[in-house]
Amino acid sequence: MSAGFGTGAAEATAPGNRVVLRVQGLARSFGALRAVDGVDLEVRAGEALGILGPNGAGKTTLFNLVSGDLRPDAGRVILDGADITALPPHRRCRLGIGRSYQIPRPFGGLTVLENLLVAATFGGGLAAQEAYAWCDEVLRRADLHAKADALAGGLRLLDRKRLELARALASRPKLLLLDEIAGGLTDPEAHELVALIKDVRSTDLAIVWIEHVVHAIVAAADRILVLNFGAKVAEGAPSEVMANPTVQAVYLGVEP
Amino acid sequence: MIVWLDVLIQGLLLGGLYALYAAGLALMFGVMRLVNIAHGDAVVAAAFVAIALQTAVGVGTSAALVIVPIVFFALGYALQRWLLNLTLGRGILPPLLVTFGLSVVAQNLLLEIFSADSWSFNAAGLETLSLALGGGVAVGVLPLGILIAAILTTVALEHVLRRTRLGMAFRAASDDLEAAQLVGLDHRRLYALATAIAFAVIAIAGVSLAHRTTVAPTDGPNLLLYAFESVIIGGLGSFWGTFAGAATLGIAQAIGLRLDPGWGPLAGHLAFFAILLWRPTGLYERTHEWA
Repeated sequence: MSAGFGTGAAEATAPGNRVVLRVQGLARSFGALRAVDGVDLEVRAGEALGILGPNGAGKTTLFNLVSGDLRPDAGRVILDGADITALPPHRRCRLGIGRSYQIPRPFGGLTVLENLLVAATFGGGLAAQEAYAWCDEVLRRADLHAKADALAGGLRLLDRKRLELARALASRPKLLLLDEIAGGLTDPEAHELVALIKDVRSTDLAIVWIEHVVHAIVAAADRILVLNFGAKVAEGAPSEVMANPTVQAVYLGVEP
Repeated sequence: MIVWLDVLIQGLLLGGLYALYAAGLALMFGVMRLVNIAHGDAVVAAAFVAIALQTAVGVGTSAALVIVPIVFFALGYALQRWLLNLTLGRGILPPLLVTFGLSVVAQNLLLEIFSADSWSFNAAGLETLSLALGGGVAVGVLPLGILIAAILTTVALEHVLRRTRLGMAFRAASDDLEAAQLVGLDHRRLYALATAIAFAVIAIAGVSLAHRTTVAPTDGPNLLLYAFESVIIGGLGSFWGTFAGAATLGIAQAIGLRLDPGWGPLAGHLAFFAILLWRPTGLYERTHEWA
């Protein structure tokens, strides 16, 4: 389990760190539609991998396959060396996967603190005092401490997104899956959220991040992977990938 | 005036019994959206278990109140874990069909074992004791005890729901099951615990029923109806809502009974319809799910 908050991106990325997530030949179809078509990827501890692609490229389906919401038709998902392909979502969470949704799904009837406590107690396996202490820290880092006793259902969008991120962190993940966390936010709000994500990076945590807001992800990711029609079309450092003509054609609509 | 005060009190006491019927139903529906058609039959079965225990080994009230809830806790856990969990997640029909089947099985099983006669728990004179409240009004000790049991049960359930980790898990699963699984909640065990607790409450209701009146194997569906009406009148906001709903139903029935011996249940149904028209979400509505 991750040891806590790190000091940011500077010391986080180190090639040669252990592989936290390995996805091999993952495929999933819905009827005739091949949503994910044989994807391979690897993410190491301390890394932030960004996933880009047009709508319908299979990004969220890929996340669903990794988090356990969906079962694959083929391929394997390996977390820290263990094959988790057959495990249900709650087991994957306990083994170290934290996920945030595109449209935040807080437990509306619970307070902000309680939302985190559920994750820390059940996903993170922490006992009473530790769970409180950990959630307290997460709340501070996510700038939600003042709203700890507010009902989650009444929060404004930026706070819901913060809560979504905080709740995923509360379960002490090794792998954090962020799904379009900047979507729907104004530019300043998106910047705040990106700053928060940069802040929580550490040597033990691997982050995979789907995003539409390109400038946000280019600023914060170490590597970028581009999907189209369920398959990988490019992978590499942000500047390389964005300069790739195929990517420009696929994603930005520029003629190759 | 005294007559109507008496009616009010009798209605409230009846409401206590209905609150015990309704609490288990509210818990199962609130946490799992599961409507247990066999709920009333489970209460009747618990009553018969208490009676059978007394007939076989001569247990008294206190022993029954300990043994039957424990047995039903285990029964509820097993039922949810290995049968009802399988019916969830595929729409509203499977749980209804399966629990309807269980209802039929339960009634026939009870008929086989106990025949169609009415039975009752011998509470050694407790049934006839009464407490004088002054002004010519008296309450039966047994119904009062049942009302107190209902209040304590409601307090306990609210405490579990609002102030324990388990209750937090129940509320989270009720709000969003998928998100709950993604933060590590094992819904299979969680649901089994919810039903186990609901069945323990059902057991208390059954033992109370057996004390208060005679019970026959086919009494289940009526109890389900009263439990349902109580839950709906009360709204899904809290267990106190369920209690209030049960009290309202009890008082309505008592008023009807006073006007004409055959109008008890009818008055209850009319009150139910009236409240549903006035406040469709019930007295205590769910604002943000279980808020």
